[in-house]
Parts: sequence; structure tokens; C-alpha cells
Amino acid sequence: MAFHKINVTINNELEQVVVPSNMTLMRMLRESLAMTGTKNGCSAGECGACTVLMNGEPVNSCMVLAVECDGAKIVTVEGLAGEKRLAPIQEAIINEGGVQCGFCTPGILLSSHALLKRNPHPSDDEIREALVGNLCRCTGYVRIIDGVKEAARMQSSTN
Amino acid sequence: MTINTHPTLPEFEYIQPATLTDASEFLASHAADARPFLGGTDIFVRMRDGFLTPKFLVDVKKLNGMNDLKFDSKAGLTIGAAVNMNQVAASPDVQKRYSLLAQACRSVASYQLRTRATVVGNVCNASPAGDTIGACLALDGTLHIHGVKGVRQESLKSFFLGPGKTTLKPGDVVTAIRFPLPPKGCVGTYLKLGRNQLSDLSIVGVTALGYPDSSCASGYRFRLALASVAPIPLMPVDAEIYLANHSITPETLREAARLSADACTPIDDVRGTARYRKQMVRNLSAKALTEVWKNLN
Repeated sequence: MAFHKINVTINNELEQVVVPSNMTLMRMLRESLAMTGTKNGCSAGECGACTVLMNGEPVNSCMVLAVECDGAKIVTVEGLAGEKRLAPIQEAIINEGGVQCGFCTPGILLSSHALLKRNPHPSDDEIREALVGNLCRCTGYVRIIDGVKEAARMQSSTN
Repeated sequence: MTINTHPTLPEFEYIQPATLTDASEFLASHAADARPFLGGTDIFVRMRDGFLTPKFLVDVKKLNGMNDLKFDSKAGLTIGAAVNMNQVAASPDVQKRYSLLAQACRSVASYQLRTRATVVGNVCNASPAGDTIGACLALDGTLHIHGVKGVRQESLKSFFLGPGKTTLKPGDVVTAIRFPLPPKGCVGTYLKLGRNQLSDLSIVGVTALGYPDSSCASGYRFRLALASVAPIPLMPVDAEIYLANHSITPETLREAARLSADACTPIDDVRGTARYRKQMVRNLSAKALTEVWKNLN
């Protein structure tokens, strides 16, 4: 099987990685780069635990080939916080108690972060629709949705 | 039975051709073991589960014209094969003139999956459950295909042959799907029955489109497409003809829904039984036609 040398920007840092054809973006992050914030849940694009941003849009990183990321910009949960402060969505999810076991949290954060970028004031239904691909087996979602709403309020008060 | 807790993709070679000609030639010369792919949302899962083991995956997303989404007031709408479903659903032209297609796109899986999933991929995958196929049929979609013998166009009406089977031949790369201008005054809807409200595969899907047409006796023409209830995405023609010839009343809409259920040949599977599906086709067809009829008036 052939290997490919790719240049990919991850959390604003340019990385050069050699990847086999069948390596997914998720495996590259976790196994080649030891960035284990991105979780492996179902490996089939259903649970959303591996959600990252690819060129600004959320994707299931288990459903993207690493080689397809040549030239792409990837943001993982490790890149969400600022230098000294957590991102609003991170603070809000903590404040509202939207984390229990934490396995779905990185994906939830990235999906919500992307939602708030394209829709700064989402309704409850819009939040549910945006998070339909992020399964959480602990919280029952209510506090996650409260967290997204809180993040929306925090963002609009700072802007 | 051993359970592999970390399933991954089997080995294959990733091929990125420089031109459409290269892509068609490569696919034709490796007909048995090469496949084109777009978002990979279907093929990766099937490869992971061992149902497909292609030696070569040919990435056609960066080829000429694949990423264009264009609307022209004469030619209609052209969606490049690599344009993803979120882009289609967010396009103002699609929302304004082809809202049925936007609605169908939004019904597919989740937002992050739709960042990768494409309308053309959904069509070429030819699953009877394909959520966007009904809208593509009702809006009279035509595929633009690049093959070893050059380019051609194919209507979706004769494209599907069976589950996963289409008229595409080795070397064919679908480059775009084109829709003519929608019929004047048309109204459409897609009703999808899943095991949950959002994101599931359809147990039954009913697409309905209606528009005024003075050439038929009823003054209106309806198009229907049914998902997950036949080997191919099905257009129940008898129901469409019935509504063209009988004035539209709650009774004739119900009769058309019955004809729609008569036309389908569902099977029992993990998502539902054949008997349940048939009843749901009747109920959802009635609901979809009534909704369309209300919005037409």
C-alpha cells in the first residue's frame, strides 16, 4: 500500500505527516500525532465523538481519509481554547453541567462551536438539529443544550 | 464470534487523477477493483464492515467543475458532483426555487455527515432508501456523465436498475446533476418515517410535488416518489395519472394514496415489515398529497 506525504494545518500549526492510503483523519490525529482529544466511538459516522472542523466545517474524522486533508485546515478540541481562556462554548458547557463521562464532549464542543459561528442565536430546535449527530449516553442532552444557549449569550455580550 | 472494537478500513490505494480523462481511463482499465468516490460516507462504512474491498479508490472531488453550484434562469440548476449536502441546503437559489431538494438534503443523517455527503453520491449509491433521490426524480434531474467514450446525459427516470445498481458503466464518472427550471407554482414536500425524528435511515419516505397544469383534466399534475419500499426509488405512475384525470378532492387524494401503496413492493427488514411499510406508504402519501394540495391553494 502506498504512503502519501501530506501538509496539513492542525490547530494553526503546519504538520507534515506520512500516511497510508487507508488511514482516516481520526487515526492520524490519535495514532500519528498523539492528539487523543478526538475520540473513536463508532468508526462509522454515526456517533460524532470524532467530530473535528475541516476547513471550518464539522466532519466525522473517522469518515475522512488523512490523505484527503493535504492542504486542509483542521481544528480539534485541543485547538478550541484561546491562550489563557477556554472558548465560550467550553466554559458554558462546564458551567451548565453538560459533561458527565466526557467521551462525547470534544465532538459536542466542535459541533456547537460551528453552529454558533453560522447561527449566533440558535433556537432549541436548531441546537437539537445541529447536535443530532453527536450521541451522548449520560446527560440526556438538556444540560448540553442549556450550555449551547449560555455560550450564545456569552458570545453576544462580548461582541 | 470475535468483536473487533476498533474496526478500520482495509488496505487500498488512494488515486487522485489529474483530469476527467485520466479518471475514466483508470476506472475502465481497473473495472473489477476500482471505484470512484466522493464523500465516502457509504463506501467507507461498507469497506470497514468487509462488504466491499476495492483495490483502488479514485477521488474525483477535485476534478474540473465538480465543485460548482450554478443557477441559470434558462438552464436551471447544476450541482457539481462534489458539492456537499450542506452547501446545497444553504444555497439561496436552492432554497428559493428547489426547496424540496433543500428539505431532502436536511433530512439526511447529521450536519457533520452532510459536510461530506453529496447529492450525486446519494444518487449513484442507488440505495432504495436514498433520501435525496425522491426530490431529484420529482424535480426531473439529469446526470452529466464523463465516460471513456466522452460525455453524455442520462435522465434519472431510467437510471436505477436495482439496489446499488445503475446504468453506469466502468469508466463512468458522474460530474454533475442538472435540474430544469421547476414547474411554475410548484409545491413539494418530503415525509420521512424513521425510527427517530431526525437522522435515521428511512423506513418509508414519500416525496410529493404538485403544480398547476392546464393540460390535464384536473388542472393539476402531481409527482410522487417512494423510498425504501421497492428495489429502486419508485414513482407510482398510476397514482400520478389518476390525479391528472380526476378533480382534486380529499377522496381522490386518498384514492391516489391507495394507488401509491399498491405500486410498491416492500420487504421485511430490520427497520420494518413489508405490511407496515405498505400501510405507511398509503398514510404518508395521503398526508404528503394533502399538504401539497393545501399549499397549492
